[in-house]
Amino acid sequence: MQGIKIRLEYIFRSTKGLTFLGIAMISLITAVWGTLSGPMVEWGVKDIVVKLLGMELHAVEREGRIIMLYHVIAMAVLAIEVYMITSIVPMKKHQQTTINATITTGYLTAMIFGLWFAYFGHQFVFHGLFLLGQSLVFFSGLLLAAALWPWNSDYRVTDLEYAHTKSGIDLERVAFFVMTVATLGSAIFGAVTGSYWGNGHETFLAEDLIREPHKTPLQLAIIGHLHIMLTLIAVAITLIVGRWLNFKGILHKIAMPLMISGTIVITTGVWSVVPFEPIAHTIIYVGSVLVMLAALMLVIYGWKTQIRDRLEEQGIQKASLWQGLKALLHDPIKFGPLWQMVFMNFTVSGIGIFMAVKLDEIFRVWPAREERIALTGHWHILSGIIATIILLYYVDIVGFKGKIRQWFGWIVIVCSDIAFASVTVFSMKRLFTTEYGQQTVVNWTMIGADFGLASVLVILAMLMIWKLYDLFTKRGVWSKEFANPELDVEKTTPVISSNKS
Amino acid sequence: MMKKHIIFLILFALVFGQTKIETGVDPDEWVLIPAGEYLRGMHEHVTDVSYDFEIMVTDVTNEQYVRYLNEAHAKGKVKVIDNKVMGFYPGDSFDGHKHEEKVEVGDKLHVPLSEPGIHIEFVNSTFVAEPAYENHPMVFITWFGAKAYADFYGWRLPTEIEWEKAARGSEDNRPYPWGYEIERNRTNYVSSHNLFEKLFKGAIGTTPVGFYNGKTYDGYQTLDNQSTYGLYDMAGNVWQWTGDNYPDVHYRYMRGGSHTNYEYNLNVWRRNSAGPDYYGMYVGFRCARDVR
Repeated sequence: MQGIKIRLEYIFRSTKGLTFLGIAMISLITAVWGTLSGPMVEWGVKDIVVKLLGMELHAVEREGRIIMLYHVIAMAVLAIEVYMITSIVPMKKHQQTTINATITTGYLTAMIFGLWFAYFGHQFVFHGLFLLGQSLVFFSGLLLAAALWPWNSDYRVTDLEYAHTKSGIDLERVAFFVMTVATLGSAIFGAVTGSYWGNGHETFLAEDLIREPHKTPLQLAIIGHLHIMLTLIAVAITLIVGRWLNFKGILHKIAMPLMISGTIVITTGVWSVVPFEPIAHTIIYVGSVLVMLAALMLVIYGWKTQIRDRLEEQGIQKASLWQGLKALLHDPIKFGPLWQMVFMNFTVSGIGIFMAVKLDEIFRVWPAREERIALTGHWHILSGIIATIILLYYVDIVGFKGKIRQWFGWIVIVCSDIAFASVTVFSMKRLFTTEYGQQTVVNWTMIGADFGLASVLVILAMLMIWKLYDLFTKRGVWSKEFANPELDVEKTTPVISSNKS
Repeated sequence: MMKKHIIFLILFALVFGQTKIETGVDPDEWVLIPAGEYLRGMHEHVTDVSYDFEIMVTDVTNEQYVRYLNEAHAKGKVKVIDNKVMGFYPGDSFDGHKHEEKVEVGDKLHVPLSEPGIHIEFVNSTFVAEPAYENHPMVFITWFGAKAYADFYGWRLPTEIEWEKAARGSEDNRPYPWGYEIERNRTNYVSSHNLFEKLFKGAIGTTPVGFYNGKTYDGYQTLDNQSTYGLYDMAGNVWQWTGDNYPDVHYRYMRGGSHTNYEYNLNVWRRNSAGPDYYGMYVGFRCARDVR
C-alpha cells in the first residue's frame, strides 16, 4: 500500500511525475486515435479499432470530433508546459502545488470526458464535464499569472547576466507572465464563440473557410483563436528551453524585450482580426518577426554555449571548423530543440510566408483542397515540432546518458524531420509536378512521412513502456526523480525558501 | 488471397488493357428530381427546391464530350489553337473583393489537348476519344469547357443546391448518396485502390461512369453507388463542376470528391473550388436541365 501511495505521489505531486503522466496520456491518445486516419484507414486498422472500442463515428460529426480531440491534446500540452514553468520560474511552493493540482484535474477531466462525449456516444453530462475541465485549466492559468506577477519584490534579478530593468525586474519572468496573460485572453476569444455553439454558431474547421469571401465575426474569432493558441504554446516552449539551457548574457538581454513585445504585438494582431481584419495580418507579421528574432538569439546562444562547453571538456583551445561542428552535434538532446526551431523556418514559417506572398498567384490557382493540404500540413508540422522539443527535454529530465541518449536524440530529430520535410514536399508538390506525374512524389513523400512519424512514435512508445516498467521496480529511475522532483535549471532570480505567500 | 488477387489483375490487364469496359449504365440517360425540401449541408438546413429539374445519371464521358466537340467545332463554337480547345465567354461582373480576380470577356481555355493523361485527341480535324476510355468521365476540363458543353445543348451546370439535392435525396440526412457508410468497392476513392490504378501504377485514377453498380467484373464485385434518385458517382471518381457564379469571388465550386480523396471528402456537403480556368485529372462534370 505504501508503495502505491509513494508512486501516486510521484506521478501526481512531482514535476517530473506530472510531466511523465502528461506525455503518457498524449502518447496513449496518439496510439489509439492515430489509427483513425492516414494509412491506418487503408490498412483496415481503423475499422478494427472502431469496432473493438465501440466508437460511434458519424460522418456528420467529424468536425466536432476533431475539434474536441485537438482541444484535449492541447490541454495536456499546456499542462506539461505549466508543470515546467512552475518548476523553473521561482514561485512559492504552495502556488506551484495549487496550480499543478488544478491544471492536472482540469486536463484529465477534459480529456476523459471530452473523448468520451466525442467518440463514444453523446452523453451531454460528459460534454459539461469537458467544459468543466477546460474551465479548471483556465483557472489554473489565472493562478499561474498571479504567481508569475513580475513586479513582486521577492523576485528581483541579482545576477546581472539575466535581462532585467533598472529596478531589477526579471524580464524573463515578464515574458512568461505576458505569454500567460495572452493565453488566457486568447482562450476567452475561443470560449466566447464556443458559447454560441448551437445558438448561431455552427461547427467548422478553419481550413474549410479559406476561400469564403465573407466570414462571420464568430468564425474570425475561432480562426484567430486557433492560430494564437498554437503560437503562444510555441512561445512558452521557447522560453522553457531558454531556461533549461540557462539563457543569459547580452543575447538574453536582447531576446527578452523582443519576446515580450513580440508576444504582445502578435496577440494584439490576432485579437484585432474580428474588428480590423484588413490590418490584422500586418500586425501579426510584425509580432512574428520580433518573436522569431528572440528565438534566433536563443539558438545562437545555445549552440555557441554547447560548442564552447564541449570543447572545454575536450581541452581543445583552438578548434577547427570540423571540431566545432562535432562539438555542436555531440549531444543531440540539447542540440535538437534549437535545431527544430531552425528547421521550423523551412517547413512552417518559410512556407507560411511564401504562401502569403504568392497566395493569389499560386495557391489560390490550385483547387481549394490542395491549398487546404498545405495549410493543415503547416500547422500539423508546427505542433509536431513543439512535441519533439518537449520530448527531447523530457529525455534530458529522465537523465538518459551515453549511447541511449545519442540514439534517442538522433532518431527523434532525423525521423521527425524526414516526416516534416516529406509533408512539406507533399503539400507543395503542385509547384514542381503535374497532376498526372504526381504519383511518384505522392508515393515517396507518403513513405517518408509514415516512416518518420512511425519511427518517432515507436521510440516514444518504447520510452513510455520502459517508464511504466520502471514504475514497478522498487528503486527505479522514478524513485530518483521523486527524490529530486524539480527540473534542474539555473534560475533567473533567487529562490525564496520561505513558504509564506 | 493476395495471390488470387494478383492473378486476377494480370488477367484483367490482358483482357481489358485496351478494351472498353461495359458497365451497362447509359450515360445519355437523365433522371427527374422532383420539387421539394431536403436537408442541405452538414448542419442539415431545411432547403426547398421549388421546381422539378432533370440531371444526368452519370458524369459526361469522353465519348459524349468528343461528340459535342465535333459538332461545336463544325459550327464554329469552339476552335483549336496550339492544341488547346478554346471558346468564347462573355465575362463576369467584377466586384473588386479581396482575392477576387477579373474574368474578362474573350476566348477561354476549355480543354488542353496536350496534357499528359488526357484521353481525347484532335486528329485530321476530328476529335476522337481513346476507345478504352470512351466511357470514363471527361476530365482536364475547365469550368468554361463544362459550361460551353451544357450551353451548346441548351442545358446548364447544376447549382450547388440542385446538385446536393440530387445527391442526397429528400428522405433523410445520409452523408453519402447511397447511405451512411462507405465501402472500398462502393465507389472510386483513395482507399478503394481501383483496378485501373493498380494496373497502370496510379496513372489512371478514374473508373468508367457507373462502374460501381453492383455488377461483377470478372470476379471483382462492386457495390451499387446509386443515389436515391438513381444517379451514379455522386461521391467519388471525379469532382463535378457546378454552375453557380457567386458575387465577390471568381471561384467556381465542385462537389462529390474524387478518386484522390479520403472518404470524408465524399460527403454530400463537401465543396472544392478553383478558378474557372482550372483543369485537372480529377475534375469532370454533369449537366442539369429544366423540365419542359
